Amino acid sequence: MAGLRLTTLIPLVLLTVALAIYATVAIATDQPQFLTFDNLLSLLGRSIALGITAVGQTFVILVASIDLSVANLISVAAVLASFIMDGDPSRMFPAVCAVLAVGALVGLINGLVVAKLQVNPLIATLGMALILQGLLSASFNNFAGAVPESFQGFAYGQVLGVPVSLIFLLGLTVAAWGFLKFTRAGSNIYSVGGNAEAAKLAGISATKVIVMAHVLCSLCAATAGLYLASRLRSGAPWIGRDGVYDLESIAVVVIGGTALAGGRGGVWGTLVGVMIFSLIDSTFNIAGIDAFAKQILRGVIIVAAVAFYVARSKRMAA
Amino acid sequence: MTPQAASTAEAGTPVFELRGIDKSFPGVKALKSVSFACRAGEVHALVGENGAGKSTLMKTLSGAYQPDAGAILLDGASVRFATPLDALNAAICVIYQEFSLLPERTVAENVFLGREPHRWGLIDRAKMRAETERVLAMFGSARRFNADARVGALDVAEQQLVEIAKALSRDARVIVMDEPTAALNDAECALLFDLIERLRDQGRAIVYISHRMPEIQRLATRVTVLKDGAVAATFDDVPAPDTIVRAMVGRDIAEFYPEAAAAPGPVRLSVRGGGNARLGGIDLDLHAGEILGLAGVQGAGRTALALALFGVLPFTRGIVTLDGAPVKLTAPRQAIAAGIGLLPGDRKSEGLALSQSVLDNGMLSPRAFAAVAGSPGRTPHGDTAAMAARFDALDLRAAHYGQPIGALSGGNQQKAIVARWLALSPKVLLFVEPTRGIDVNTKAAIYAQMRRLANEGAALLVVSSDLPEVLGLSDRVLAMQDGRIVGAFARGASEVEVMAAATHGAHAAKAVA
Repeated sequence: MAGLRLTTLIPLVLLTVALAIYATVAIATDQPQFLTFDNLLSLLGRSIALGITAVGQTFVILVASIDLSVANLISVAAVLASFIMDGDPSRMFPAVCAVLAVGALVGLINGLVVAKLQVNPLIATLGMALILQGLLSASFNNFAGAVPESFQGFAYGQVLGVPVSLIFLLGLTVAAWGFLKFTRAGSNIYSVGGNAEAAKLAGISATKVIVMAHVLCSLCAATAGLYLASRLRSGAPWIGRDGVYDLESIAVVVIGGTALAGGRGGVWGTLVGVMIFSLIDSTFNIAGIDAFAKQILRGVIIVAAVAFYVARSKRMAA
Repeated sequence: MTPQAASTAEAGTPVFELRGIDKSFPGVKALKSVSFACRAGEVHALVGENGAGKSTLMKTLSGAYQPDAGAILLDGASVRFATPLDALNAAICVIYQEFSLLPERTVAENVFLGREPHRWGLIDRAKMRAETERVLAMFGSARRFNADARVGALDVAEQQLVEIAKALSRDARVIVMDEPTAALNDAECALLFDLIERLRDQGRAIVYISHRMPEIQRLATRVTVLKDGAVAATFDDVPAPDTIVRAMVGRDIAEFYPEAAAAPGPVRLSVRGGGNARLGGIDLDLHAGEILGLAGVQGAGRTALALALFGVLPFTRGIVTLDGAPVKLTAPRQAIAAGIGLLPGDRKSEGLALSQSVLDNGMLSPRAFAAVAGSPGRTPHGDTAAMAARFDALDLRAAHYGQPIGALSGGNQQKAIVARWLALSPKVLLFVEPTRGIDVNTKAAIYAQMRRLANEGAALLVVSSDLPEVLGLSDRVLAMQDGRIVGAFARGASEVEVMAAATHGAHAAKAVA
């Protein structure tokens, strides 16, 4: 009965296809150096911020909500971190705490507006995105502060040749998976996302579960902001927007097999989605496709992938 | 099994009692001083027409609704259920017709929804599975799935067992089942009845909501009849079906349905060898002036046939002719243009724009076939004045025709949809569940209206899960099973004959041929 279901299989098939295309392009353009294990590892390393954000996005999508404010929260987190640290290693700890507190607050507000006030999550989190961007633009218009050398270890450090950031992303994914699979709180996320009415009748507080999912999502986005501050050595008010982390985090979650309607999916699929995206990106890079064409192709791929999933799940429902 | 419940059974006092319950919703008095009680070890049948208040009463018991007046007594002591959880904690479990299951989760996860056993903060899956298996074992041969099965992969009968397992794992003292056999076949029903009898013998109090007389005769120890939100009768011994029906309807069935057609006219719609993914080998002639009923269990393909004729789920095989000319029905717009109209069963989601006015809802189809640039008030199929006149003729009751249609009763909404089709002078009208959620007296008016439409020359096809309705209304009845027509009956066929055909198709089809 258990076994692999089609929805868990598709992401893996897509990953294989993406890998095959990548390898074909690398060989066809006579650049076999892109096929080494190290290179594939660094490929994923370039998507750490997207990965961290998308793990968070998985929680809210599983609970049948969505978060469009992650990109702007990433900017806020990065700027705030680098502004507070201002190159001083002793201020690293308070800066991280402050950033995570802001993240939790943003998630709390998102969750309450969605669950308590019953505002459509697209509108609620888009509003939050505008508010965050407004606050940020009012206070900063360029790189602010600096990140101390020791904090850059988050992005550039290595343990036994493996980037610290990659270990962090894998650890986060394992933790998120364990949380979803083995705790009641995680189980409640699936239940509320799968059938909120049934969950309510069983005595689950849907409000609490939705708020929790949003807080987790925003904490992840804040962490992604910390990572980007570490990587860029300073925070700028546009880094979240420039990375299109809102749309892309949603896209990789869906490509990873999590249902937009909630209740089905998980973080491993999301990680596969991130890998597919970084493969596509690298394929464009080694094929030498120009930046604008790349953007168009990415848009097409996102829409096509989501359409493919919707069509699939409709067929299965019929 | 439940020593506590068993001892109450000996005492003979009710496990729960609802006393003088009143409940109003804006504009409706849903329950009027209703009293209802159930003892341990009995099956108390609660019967009544749609809209009589059965579900509202049970939602009061389950804590989903708060009564305006009256008391809920548990073991003789007054209680208040502020939320469904309070009632669940008192071991009162209601199994609604619309299951509250999570299709993407396993049986065990559903059974323990919201109260997963845990150890050191982590869910104790082994215990969850073991407990679920223990409960499932009670079903004996009825269950063909295990605790790890995904609920969405189970069929309706199995999902129902999961709902019952949820109740049993809470060691429910009171189990309310709301029309549990609505979607089951005969074999599944028999297994369910055995199970209910076993649960009863274990000393649980069972409330059985149904309007199917044979089931009540078989299972019930007592019967309470609700009509228009009040108790019409309570029988301590189960009386003959006629007596129950008379109490339900408030009058004799004979005068309820209109007379048969004088003589059917020529063939209007004809299907030969029609089929698609859901249907096969459909041969069908629909005559002018005739009401043809489709009978069958849920999933037999009755609605699929209506949707095929309306181009929603088109036939992929076979030939359809209308007044002798072949027609292609691959989209509703084509079907409408050809002269076929569909009155959907779920009016609110498929038939109406609820926040728009009565008049706008009536004009929906005429406008759909008018020029885009034209005035919305004047269409080739008549203007708003003509539509208002049609409403008048149908005796549609609204404060004014500019009122949002969502505020009207189901019967009046149905009339607006009828008027919409009349504007297009259709040749064939497909009625799906024409009286779902409509009170008894309005039903009679709708039946009369349908007969009038037939007498004026339209051909009517009726799909209804209410078998007495199909039999009472139709000039001819076709029984369907597994997407095929398996029997044909003239007016006056009995429920037993038709159901026998619809559930053991092969034999009956032979008998007819």
